[in-house]
Amino acid sequence: MMRRTMTVPMENSFVWNRRKTLLVWLIIAVTFLTVVCIAGMYCGEAARATDFSQKNLAPCLAHPFGTDWLGRDMFVRTLRGLSISILIGVSAATFSALMAFLLGVSAATLGKTVDGIITWVIDLIMGVPHLLLLILICVAVGKGLKGVIIGVALTHWTSLTRLIRGEVMQLRESQYIKIAKKLGKSQWHIALKHMIPHLLPQFIVGLVLLFPHAILHESSITFLGFGLSSEQPAIGVILSESMKYLVTGNWWLALFPGIMLVLTVAFFYVAGENLRKLIDPSSAHE
Amino acid sequence: MVKQYAIAFGKKLVRVILLVIAVSIAAFALMTCSPVDPLQANVGQAALGSMSQEQIEKLQEYWGQGQPPVTRYLSWAKDFIRGDMGVSLLYRQSVSSVIAVKLVNSLFLMITAWLLSGLIGFFIGVIAGMNRGKLIDKCIKGYCLIISSTPTFWLALLLLMIFGVWLKVLPIGLSVPIGVEASGVTFLDRLQHAVLPAAALSILGVSNIALHTREKMIDICESDYVLFAKARGESSWQIFWHHGFRNVLLPAITLQFGAISEIFGGSVLVEQVFSYPGLGQAAVSAGLGSDMPLLMAITIISALFVFGGNLIANILYGIVDPRIRRGGVR
Repeated sequence: MMRRTMTVPMENSFVWNRRKTLLVWLIIAVTFLTVVCIAGMYCGEAARATDFSQKNLAPCLAHPFGTDWLGRDMFVRTLRGLSISILIGVSAATFSALMAFLLGVSAATLGKTVDGIITWVIDLIMGVPHLLLLILICVAVGKGLKGVIIGVALTHWTSLTRLIRGEVMQLRESQYIKIAKKLGKSQWHIALKHMIPHLLPQFIVGLVLLFPHAILHESSITFLGFGLSSEQPAIGVILSESMKYLVTGNWWLALFPGIMLVLTVAFFYVAGENLRKLIDPSSAHE
Repeated sequence: MVKQYAIAFGKKLVRVILLVIAVSIAAFALMTCSPVDPLQANVGQAALGSMSQEQIEKLQEYWGQGQPPVTRYLSWAKDFIRGDMGVSLLYRQSVSSVIAVKLVNSLFLMITAWLLSGLIGFFIGVIAGMNRGKLIDKCIKGYCLIISSTPTFWLALLLLMIFGVWLKVLPIGLSVPIGVEASGVTFLDRLQHAVLPAAALSILGVSNIALHTREKMIDICESDYVLFAKARGESSWQIFWHHGFRNVLLPAITLQFGAISEIFGGSVLVEQVFSYPGLGQAAVSAGLGSDMPLLMAITIISALFVFGGNLIANILYGIVDPRIRRGGVR
């Protein structure tokens, strides 16, 4: 990618230009997410370990997030839950984005009938509220991990498909593609040399921005009881269990896992937005 | 001109009807291929074991097993069109009467949230856009980022914890006080019980519309006509009122009518947390209990709301924007 030289005020060489700030935020976000994800994967046993001598402890040094009514450490459980949620969200969103790419490209290139059908299906899916559709799909597949992944994957492709379809249609009409055709370049050559470099950045940004949505919906559907079973400490399960103990004053059961979930989703947004600003040529010069 | 409008409107109406039929078929197909056994889910393994074969067959008939799907769909469609929308298997009443009660509860909540989030979102979006780069803009942007990454149910839990459990100023759940006869419930009681759920929904609805309005407002503030207006010495209120307001109103209206489906989804979660007896809670219990007629009716009603919202947005667009009005129907 082209590097532009920025005019930095000389008297204060500490002023960072926008690109650097964006990059730093991007790195912070990615680091946080990887650390949570990897830490969570290695504490599966600890998240289930019960200790009845340490029930219902408020947050303290040994248990920064407190313990629950079975004496399980909430910090470990939260990490584990977040890593499960991130993995589910990322895999479902990736599946969804691949679907969006295929459908978007085929809607734009395979003629009017295919286009009509795909846009109609998009309207259909957008017509039912996401959460209701997720409930329907989870019931259809049978509750559990499979239901959540398929449900989230099948509900999130619509907006990205619209974006890609519009983009490909615009590309096909653009001058340089038309000229390339007139010059006798093959379809493959045009697709590889002209279309992909234009589409790929947008696709990647769209993919990253799907993650937070997917994680939010995954935790919501698990919270409602359609997703993972209570043996797996997914973040939705933790929060829905905490609801029962709210009235007795165990506020830490809901507060800290929730804050961690908000942080995770917010960092995904930050990563996606900053990535977009970095690789989108129209905002790169700002 | 009028004829043109009527034709376009008719075309859209046909499209909506076709979409609703497709939604019902899709929902039915999904419910049919569910591996969850409604008998196991609702009666329980232990009770099934102690029943005679005849009783089980009777129950199977009640839950609609053993008939081919197409027959079941047609009989469901007949019930639906007849008006009572079939019999809810969980509530043992006609679906229409179950929904009528729940819909009023939910609508109260959703309309409040929809209006509040729309208005607040629009205004903070305008303020942020007109003060781009200043502290207030950064605050609003940060607030929107945090809000859009907050899961609805967690915010609802938080509000419940603060106002219901700690401060004890607002009730913890349900839509009416416990232990009071239906005639003794005042409007104020209802209002008090709906404050928290409505607040949770409105707080979350704000971010999307605020961010979009901000972007639009920034575009407008960078335009030549605003530059000229500034040169003429117009105050920022005059700039907003003369040049900004109508231009940002358009996308905001479309967006807010498109947000109906988001609010509907949010209300499912919020109602679950507050055990507020609305449509969303009914949808969850119908889903967990495999109550096919109820879940399908709720799906179709929500789809009608969404499509209706899009239709209204289309019509309003023509009214607000003179360019589209004069250019004929698109």
